Amino acid sequence: MALRARRTLVMIEALQLLISGVSTGAIYALAAIGFVLLWQTTGTINFAQGEFVMLPSIIMLAFVLHGGLPLWVAFAVTLVVSGLLLGVAFKVLVVQPMIRHGVLPLVIATIALGIFMREGAKEFFSNEAQPFPMPVPYVVLELGGVTVTSHHLFCLAVAVVLVLALQWFLGGTRTGRSMQAVAQNAQAAEILGIDVKRMVMLTFLVNAALVTVAAILVTPVYLAKWDNGEAIGLTAFIAAIVGGFNQVRGAVLGGVLVGVLENFSAYYISTEYRTAFPLILLILVIMFRPYGLLGRPEERTV
Amino acid sequence: MSKTRLGVALAAAVGLWSAVAGAQDTVKFASIIELSGNGAAIGTNWRDAVDMAVEEINAAGGILGKKIEIEHLDTQSNPGTSRAVLQKALDGDPYVVLGPIFSSSTRVNMALTERAGVPQIVGSEAASITQQGHPTIFRTSFGQEMGMPKLVNYLKNEIKAKKVALIWTNDEWGKGGRNTAKDLMAKAGIEVVADVSTEVQQVDFSAEVLKVVKAGADAIFAYCLEEESARFLNELRKQGYNGPLVGETTLISQKVIDLAGANANGARGHVGLTIDAPVDLLQEFGRKFEARTGRKSDHNGIKGYIAVYLAKEATERMGKFDRDGFAKALRGAVVTTKDEPGVLMDLRIDETGDVDRESFLVEVVDGKQQVVKVLPPVGDWKK
Repeated sequence: MALRARRTLVMIEALQLLISGVSTGAIYALAAIGFVLLWQTTGTINFAQGEFVMLPSIIMLAFVLHGGLPLWVAFAVTLVVSGLLLGVAFKVLVVQPMIRHGVLPLVIATIALGIFMREGAKEFFSNEAQPFPMPVPYVVLELGGVTVTSHHLFCLAVAVVLVLALQWFLGGTRTGRSMQAVAQNAQAAEILGIDVKRMVMLTFLVNAALVTVAAILVTPVYLAKWDNGEAIGLTAFIAAIVGGFNQVRGAVLGGVLVGVLENFSAYYISTEYRTAFPLILLILVIMFRPYGLLGRPEERTV
Repeated sequence: MSKTRLGVALAAAVGLWSAVAGAQDTVKFASIIELSGNGAAIGTNWRDAVDMAVEEINAAGGILGKKIEIEHLDTQSNPGTSRAVLQKALDGDPYVVLGPIFSSSTRVNMALTERAGVPQIVGSEAASITQQGHPTIFRTSFGQEMGMPKLVNYLKNEIKAKKVALIWTNDEWGKGGRNTAKDLMAKAGIEVVADVSTEVQQVDFSAEVLKVVKAGADAIFAYCLEEESARFLNELRKQGYNGPLVGETTLISQKVIDLAGANANGARGHVGLTIDAPVDLLQEFGRKFEARTGRKSDHNGIKGYIAVYLAKEATERMGKFDRDGFAKALRGAVVTTKDEPGVLMDLRIDETGDVDRESFLVEVVDGKQQVVKVLPPVGDWKK
């Protein structure tokens, strides 16, 4: 009897960790998808991706605190601002001028952009963490001994809907298939009559929308702060590599895996090394499956 | 000499004279403080309170007729940077160094002030800082060796806890506090049933909270930094814990209350300094600070304010600016608010630079700090 009770307790604990890990992982996944999309269309890694999540959260909060807007209105306005700043301006002012000089200068430019965004947020908003309102009323539910919050469920639901919608858009619509064609071979896509520039711009806009959604989901937990991007960016980057840098579903798997692994390793092994285990996973993946768990090997002609 | 040359020479002489005269009229204070990074929230309060004290003193004529010239240098909450900026500050030959707050930073930079013979008044609390034999280091807040005994006594005598779950930030300050608390609990017969470390800037506390909640403790003892405390409290309430929760000042600081909102309610902590204490001078400081910054000061603001006035008191006791005599003037001395109202509460500095005075047990009620009990000083010097 005692053994059965013990087993139930262990199951409940594991389930608690799993739900929490999947919920956090889903947010990592949204940022990781951005890495994948930009890699596919421009062949570059955006090292400012974490800051791309931080900035909308700061803008949104500024609209709420200083503009007096309700959170969801602030979110809608931020979506437009993000599209302009992190989509159009990023592509036109950073990616387009730098990509001509190769991938490395662009990577360095994104690192510089990340620093610029962090310092800008610190200078013009606040260097202190700020509380961020919950997007849905905060309710704690207890389901069979497992504690779940409305925020957890909301994060999961939004992430699942977004990923499914994105998969449908990429595979089930003409525009989405055109985007994929551009990702696979831009020159061939252009010959086939696809407006490559438009497709690339669309990718940047999709990324801007994803990071804005990630911002409203993650910031109530992380608190709004100028240096939030560092942790999110690094974890999403690891998630994208683990899952596969050329597959959206890989990024999703990677995000969830990293979120769950962090929680399980902290609870069952050691809290001291909670951040080390995703890195160990990363090393193992690079050693045994360098293109990621769900990624495709990329062929290159020499 | 042509008229032009004569004019230039005169202008240069006047410039030089006024520079020298200016230097003679001021005394340099260097503030080495966390203005960015994860310590920005606490460092900003320190900076603003130090500025406030400096303005007050300068407006009243300065120290022994000299106006204070203060420079704040940002440690970026990084021990290595703190050492570099302190070295830079020492190159400017300051009379006294104020800060930093992070113990990990103080531990790596205090050797520089020791070597230079410059008094350093820190906001750090790690026990080890005043145990290194630094001849001119001082605190304006309790070190862990002063605060922890009061807290462990409270756990034992008031909460009657026999089992305690401990959660702490894995840095110099957190480790020092955890070690001191663990030793004291062992002596008090309290069993530590969970000993969980967390990282600086950690955001997800679900696994850690699950560990402390499931440990079957009579009380949870939390010793984390401000932002991490807020995230910990959010997760703790989410997992449904409503039992006794105690900690040090950081757990129930104004910043944590602002960040965690209602989740901070019910948390209890030992507080060396709070603007809500039933002490007129502290409350007056709180009002002035809020009028000036639009924010409520946490204990770090109070620490910074007292640091400036402590330097003033030491200098006025000596009657001169003497770095060598600074420690002699303060160590072992009792400074009352009659001597210097800027110290806000009567205090005694011991021979190692640690401070002793009354303190408070505070509970967060409806998002506000409420003083539950006034705790006497560790020593009996007040009698």
